[in-house]
Amino acid sequence: MKILVCISDVPDTTTKIKFKDNNTTLDVNGIQWIINPWDELALTRALELKEASGGIIQSVTVANVGTVASEPTIRKALAVGADNAIRIDAQPKDAYYVAAQLANIVKAESYDIVLVGRDSADYNGSAVGGMLAELIDYNSLSSVSSLNIENGKIRINREIDGGTETIEAELPFLAIVQKGISKEPRIPAMRGIMMARTKPLNVVQAVAVEILTEDVSFEMPQPKGSCKKFDSENVKTLVSLLHNEAKLI
Amino acid sequence: MSILVYTENREGIFKKATFELLSYAKEMAKTLNTNVVALSIGQVENSELEKLGNYGATKVLNTQGNNLSFLDNKLFSKIVTTAVEKEGAQIIIMANNISGKALSPRVSASLKAGLVTGVVGLPSSYEPFVIKKLVFTSKAFSNVKVNSALKVLTFAQNSFGVAEPINAVAHVETFNPQINDVPVKNRLIETNRITGKLLLTDAEIVVSGGRGLKSAENFSLLEELAGVLGAATACSRPVSDEGWRPHSEHVGQTGKIIAPVLYIACGISGAIQHVGGISSSKFIVAINNDKDAPIFEIADYGIVGDFKTVLPEMIAAIKEIKAG
Repeated sequence: MKILVCISDVPDTTTKIKFKDNNTTLDVNGIQWIINPWDELALTRALELKEASGGIIQSVTVANVGTVASEPTIRKALAVGADNAIRIDAQPKDAYYVAAQLANIVKAESYDIVLVGRDSADYNGSAVGGMLAELIDYNSLSSVSSLNIENGKIRINREIDGGTETIEAELPFLAIVQKGISKEPRIPAMRGIMMARTKPLNVVQAVAVEILTEDVSFEMPQPKGSCKKFDSENVKTLVSLLHNEAKLI
Repeated sequence: MSILVYTENREGIFKKATFELLSYAKEMAKTLNTNVVALSIGQVENSELEKLGNYGATKVLNTQGNNLSFLDNKLFSKIVTTAVEKEGAQIIIMANNISGKALSPRVSASLKAGLVTGVVGLPSSYEPFVIKKLVFTSKAFSNVKVNSALKVLTFAQNSFGVAEPINAVAHVETFNPQINDVPVKNRLIETNRITGKLLLTDAEIVVSGGRGLKSAENFSLLEELAGVLGAATACSRPVSDEGWRPHSEHVGQTGKIIAPVLYIACGISGAIQHVGGISSSKFIVAINNDKDAPIFEIADYGIVGDFKTVLPEMIAAIKEIKAG
């Protein structure tokens, strides 16, 4: 059995976002790049499943659509424990473009389980996983917060509007995962970092894909006015303001 | 040409978020001089379906079936794409919630329709089609141009508002698409519903607690406040990580992104990851004993003080107002 984890290279979540060229391009100056947090959790879970499988899961592969600039992030995934990596050599254009590139990889080498993070911390599309599932004609499950293999059957928990569901799924399938899928992301150990240098990272050419959407310009939100502060003796004043002026309660 | 809206029900009932979704679609339809068609999947009474007319749907496609009681991405997407083809819809709108995020990418890829998720308003232009969405976890907006003729949008709740209902009954049409060839590969084992609590997604007011509340027990004060306000409860990441509150209540970058009318943050310092999840709230009140806490930078009103004295006073003051 083989698992593929799709990873995205995103700005660190504490980054102050700035744009340049008349607000048309992200200013990458000074940005620290990381594995997208949900993809990192997905990778951690894939490795846990492999370790617990007693050899049934042979490999965990990571795939990324990106330029050579995303290789440090891919190497980190290898250091964490992925067996090998594929980089599709292209600047990601939009979700459909990325999904179409990944679809090509899955079609070439069939994976039993494909894991994709809920959304990426940059463009927040929440789209690549579902698009990929459609393009490769896989069963897909979204908002997955736990994934177990019990007696050869896949059991997942997923969040629904107002609760959770337990679902048994057939292989192959694609899971779009969120918080809970693994507790903490795994941190690479020194041995892993050494080994990552020699693990295979295959670079493949991108295929031509139609661009369906484009970011034409960016805007920053309006800055908030200053906060009107009260001390704890004036709670009542605040509550009456919320009632009378803001009409919120 | 028409606009197709996937109107989701929860146990046979349409919620306010669905009415807002239709109000939004209707406004777009007016500009484009076209109609709004709603698509309902699963068991819903006819009288409930007809209500969708009050918010702008002229027609409701009603799909019911035994295997439609739980969300199967592949099956439901197939129903949506079949409805799109039948109606000749050019714009497909869903909520930017769990099911919208599950279905919209599959529909988009199947139809080769450009997808914009989490849109926060009407298009700024229709030719070319340009629409605004939040990016970088609410730190910025992007104006996205959609190049394809068909477009799929998911709409961020509370960014448009529910229109004044009109007195109109939607025409309900039974819609039985050919879905027998879609094999269902998932089996529902168990459903656990949160009962007796207002859900975060339904709430106009959200009261939220952070590490500053110091223990799970202290959340009883927050629950009491939620009770008098008719609010839902939420929490910051450390709180759900500690197990003081369930993960379903975690708001912030890695949890839920919410946009209530009023957000009351208690004992939350305001880390950038938390702010990303709540910054679209219309009005923010922060309670914190540290006057320099970053949460005050995004709050409209703040109270500098200890929650143990502030919350009981707040509860008492609200009770007084509610008692008239």
